[in-house]
Amino acid sequence: MELTLGPIAYHWSAEKKRDFYARIADEAPVSTVYLGEVICSKRAPFFDKELPETIERLERAGKRVVLSSLAEVMLPRERKATADLAQMEHPEIEINNAAGLLARNTRPHRIGPFLNAYSEATIAWMVEQGATHVCLPTEMPAEAIAVAAAAGSELGVGIEVQVFGRAPLAVSARCYHARAHSRTKDNCQFICEEDPDGMPLSTRDDQAILRVNGIQTQSESYIELLDELPGLAEMGVTHARLLPQDVDMVAVAEIFADRLAARIEAAEARARLAEICEGRDFSNGFFHGAAGYRRIEAAARG
Amino acid sequence: MSPTDFSTAGELVCPAGTPAALRTAVDAGADSVYCGFRNATNARNFPGLNFTPEELEASVAYAHARGARVLLALNTYPPAGKVDLWREAAAIGARVGVDAFIVADMGVARHIAQTHPGSRLHLSVQAAASSPEAIRYYCENFGVKRVVLPRILTIPEIRAIKSEIPCEIETFIFGNHGLMVEGRCSLTNWMSGLSTNMDGVCSPAADVTYEREADGSMRSCLSGFTIDHFAPDENAGYPTICKGRYVAPHRPEGYYAFEEPVSLNLGRLLPELMEAGVHAFKIEGRQRSKSYVRSVVRSFRQAVDAIRAGAEPDLANLVALTEGQKETQGAFRSKKWR
Repeated sequence: MELTLGPIAYHWSAEKKRDFYARIADEAPVSTVYLGEVICSKRAPFFDKELPETIERLERAGKRVVLSSLAEVMLPRERKATADLAQMEHPEIEINNAAGLLARNTRPHRIGPFLNAYSEATIAWMVEQGATHVCLPTEMPAEAIAVAAAAGSELGVGIEVQVFGRAPLAVSARCYHARAHSRTKDNCQFICEEDPDGMPLSTRDDQAILRVNGIQTQSESYIELLDELPGLAEMGVTHARLLPQDVDMVAVAEIFADRLAARIEAAEARARLAEICEGRDFSNGFFHGAAGYRRIEAAARG
Repeated sequence: MSPTDFSTAGELVCPAGTPAALRTAVDAGADSVYCGFRNATNARNFPGLNFTPEELEASVAYAHARGARVLLALNTYPPAGKVDLWREAAAIGARVGVDAFIVADMGVARHIAQTHPGSRLHLSVQAAASSPEAIRYYCENFGVKRVVLPRILTIPEIRAIKSEIPCEIETFIFGNHGLMVEGRCSLTNWMSGLSTNMDGVCSPAADVTYEREADGSMRSCLSGFTIDHFAPDENAGYPTICKGRYVAPHRPEGYYAFEEPVSLNLGRLLPELMEAGVHAFKIEGRQRSKSYVRSVVRSFRQAVDAIRAGAEPDLANLVALTEGQKETQGAFRSKKWR
């Protein structure tokens, strides 16, 4: 099983992204890096001009680069961005909206986690239409992942599962960052840049539960499937996705790589991760078919 | 008009959570009624709701005898390993003669198109097809004849889409107004362990509790999480996650982070929507009572008939349906909503 780095969900400045990917290129033990703005089309211009150099930089370091498309496509600029991406010959592309599938037709592409590839029948259809690799929805439980991974193996395509980072829980036409600051989406003034790891939402009795990232709603806790890595590999999952958070992602990737290669025990891996992600809570409920926020200990699983 | 003739614009598509509600909707003037089975194959998999295969068969006969159509919602996403449940539901629907299947998942759409050729497919709002390209993907690959548009588009945007797609448009005009892109929301699964996409469940009633505080205030909770906290003089609403009040760094007082708990009512916009090329109007509420279904369907029936006849519709009547409640025209009126 290989490690991948998913697209950055947040509005990080161009400079922050440039520095981030330079370090990833040189130091992170991931085979594949997904680039591109997936959440908000208004943010895309800030990094578009940096993309060619970033792609070149990552490829020079031996990474496979994939460009991810927008999850929501409604406005003319979003339709154009999606159509333009679908025309690319290089690098590979990951499609997150059916509008991209129409434009790409049967030329090779990857299926992103927002395209709802839940079943072996849907995956088979997508592969017939040119899909070479499928990232499953984050909420899928282990038993469904196992069936999907077996189907992927039979069809000869990669199957990817998120193993680290906040769970993407919802998208909307509405910008909830703008709303929190009493602005409209069209006049947001990119207030989301102030929250590089999302804006926390707590219940009115102070239980931290969700994060707002523009039009996206995420979980407060990070998904963390360190204990589950060997099981995922056994099922035939080919790629494990780390979603970028505002923590030392090189160190995060190293922990997952060490654990994957059985160089360290799960307990040590988790202790190191807790240190790097200071103050964050971790969840694995989705994988175990439970409420997503839950942390189910290995001992309790029988 | 034969029951399967979908060609008349201004079709009223009404909800039925039970056979009795279906008969009520048909009697009140529904052109079409949508419903689902008692399992995860539809997005209103609530206790006490929905149809057995036998009930569906009898309901189709009842509707057809009165010139109305039955649309079967198979609009959830089967997880790997469980697709047979959706295939069996499609086979039953085809056998009892439903007039269309409302689908969201590509695998389900493809199965019906292949296994039950000639069946009519409608694209559920759960597919979240919000651009002409996404809609055309489903039309070209699965022969979809109608799209139910997400409730995020303005009327000028709907008009523009209409000119670029080869199928009919259905829009929601009345009822509960979801805030997240449908078919892309795992909030309920995060808190409760039941998935909207895979299980057809949203903020499940079995996980809801109301807790009275010493000061007379009331907390409404889902799976133990406080979704809202109501002052003694406020009415405690149902704890739907996207309609709760939360605290953010700039909003320490607590605020509706996603939307006020409002009900969609496009009664006033009905003439404009028809003019924009909307073919069918959907009323939400499979979980609602017969009397609710009766009054809403009757009012919209009269309004649509008046517009069709070139007369002034009594829109005040439609507006009165949500009187006393907070209502919204959502995204339809202005993109400022976003």
